[in-house]
Amino acid sequence: MIDNHILAPVFIHLFSALLQLIAWRKTVSQRFISVGGSLLGLLLAIRLFDKVYENGILTMNASNWEAPFGIVFVADLLSVTLVLLTSIAGFAVSIFSSTGLNRQRMLYGYFPIFHFLLMGLNGAFLTGDIFNLYVWFEVIIISSFVLMTLGGRKAQLEGAVKYMAMNILASTFFLTGIGILYGITGTLNMADLSVKITQVQNQYLVGITACFFLIGFGIKSAVFPLYYWLPSSYHTPPSAVAATFGGLLTKVGIYAIIRVFSLLFAFDVFTQNLLMGMAVFTVITGAMGALIKTNIRRLFSYLIVCHIGFMIGGIAMFTKIALMGTIFYLIHDIVVKTNMFLIAGVIRQLRGTMDMKSLGGLYAEYPKISLLIALVLFSLVGIPPLSGFWPKIYLFQEAFTQQQYFFVAALMAGSFVTLYVIAKMWSEVFWKDVPKDVEVENKFEPLPLIRKILLILPVGILAAVTLYIGLDAETIIQLVDKISDQLIDTRPYVDAVLGKQN
Amino acid sequence: MRSPILQSATKYLLPILLLFSFFLLLRGHYYPGGGFVGGLVASIAFVLHSFANGTEATMKILRRKPLSLIPIGLGVSTVSMTAPMLFGLPPMTGLWFEEPIPVIGMIGSSLFFDLGVYLVVIGVILTILFTISLNNLTEKD
Repeated sequence: MIDNHILAPVFIHLFSALLQLIAWRKTVSQRFISVGGSLLGLLLAIRLFDKVYENGILTMNASNWEAPFGIVFVADLLSVTLVLLTSIAGFAVSIFSSTGLNRQRMLYGYFPIFHFLLMGLNGAFLTGDIFNLYVWFEVIIISSFVLMTLGGRKAQLEGAVKYMAMNILASTFFLTGIGILYGITGTLNMADLSVKITQVQNQYLVGITACFFLIGFGIKSAVFPLYYWLPSSYHTPPSAVAATFGGLLTKVGIYAIIRVFSLLFAFDVFTQNLLMGMAVFTVITGAMGALIKTNIRRLFSYLIVCHIGFMIGGIAMFTKIALMGTIFYLIHDIVVKTNMFLIAGVIRQLRGTMDMKSLGGLYAEYPKISLLIALVLFSLVGIPPLSGFWPKIYLFQEAFTQQQYFFVAALMAGSFVTLYVIAKMWSEVFWKDVPKDVEVENKFEPLPLIRKILLILPVGILAAVTLYIGLDAETIIQLVDKISDQLIDTRPYVDAVLGKQN
Repeated sequence: MRSPILQSATKYLLPILLLFSFFLLLRGHYYPGGGFVGGLVASIAFVLHSFANGTEATMKILRRKPLSLIPIGLGVSTVSMTAPMLFGLPPMTGLWFEEPIPVIGMIGSSLFFDLGVYLVVIGVILTILFTISLNNLTEKD
């Protein structure tokens, strides 16, 4: 079905960014525009989600060019779910950054760039054209590079250089893959590609292209041999920025892997084993990194890597149940990881540091905030019935059925390490008293009430979403069930894009 | 370094280059050219003027900061992109006036998109170059 309004969540962020550029250096109005724009974006994303859930896949031919020739935007269930999650996370981060960020960064255009980033993310999820996906990736990289360097401290620039170098490499691989694909099939439309790629004589070349895509998206989503840029750059920018990065940017890579491997490339044994090996090592190395870190944000960065492995393993098995687990985990992970970095920001406000050695006593001083944070930490670990628990059941079940015992072992190791490091963090940061030689620099207490609320509210919103995902898991499972049906049987997608009777 | 030859040449070159950039902008829909190239040529015209007469003088003819051209241009492009949605068409569809206008030719929403790109390109390039040259000036003093 054709719907000309599926790009509304993209345009709303473009308009907010534009208004903020006009209000250059007026930070107060920029904050209002940012929160208002994100709220409107959230409402539009809910509307789009509702429409797609009721009516099935929606498409839009940009500039009214017919489907295989022009650029087509497709809203299927996976896309709209991710757009919805992006909007929720974006809304929370936008509230948080309206007070959790220093004014200097706002003066140099934090808010417009933040909205360009959200625009890029929404665009990447909605596009149905592989080259257009590349363009949205560039929009994301450029905005994230600006966000990362904004402030210009030495550590930030160092992290940004690593980040930029690796991401440019990823884009090069991605672009090369697109070039080969266009050379052998003569089309860039993903639905059209999925039909034409099966008719290509030289299937080896198709396999090589698949590897190019795998390397490109692998760098972006931080899988095993290519992940090291992530932990060495994500702890440098301010927490509001790190929350967007940690929650959303690596997940775009996962989304792209799911999309490309469900639509374009059929899995052969080699790719499957390769992906599975990468997944196991990603979990193990991420977990080992998380064990030794004492800075909260570095710890979270390694946990991101560790949990990316869970999803890659699910994609590698590529059966319905495995995909259900993967996508459920994706939904859970976006909300929780964004929240974790916001929490790191709150802790920094409360104590002026993020090093576990010099933190402590938060539970005694702020029991309510601590309980809220505990809820999120429990979800991350996957205590039933919270949201991290359900996807793991599916992943375990399918790994046992397929006799992928290495992955079972990695899953268990990853989960135990997550439990251990979170327990360690809880006891270090919340239970233990403040070390005697540490002077507490509490920036939170002198703040006016409204700003305190603005700092805690986003954590609360995201915690509520996590709680909903956990407690109303049945609804989510039904949704995930439909999504994985669409991923396994791509006929409806292809028909919706190419079908003559719209 | 002030060269009287360059200064008097620039006096005539500036309007010619601007006119040429506008020509590139208009013919972009059928032939090579368009907003981006037109914007580059227009900003080169101003850069040449600033070489001959100093950045301060160029800022004076521009009257406002080149930075302010960026949101204006972006706004023009965005509006021309989303306007077709009001007519129930997909975004970025070309809307055309029925009658051609003398000299300019057919006018459509894509022309306004290009005009936006033109303004953004001028804004970005002049902002970058003027920032660098003004920094150099303050360092010398």
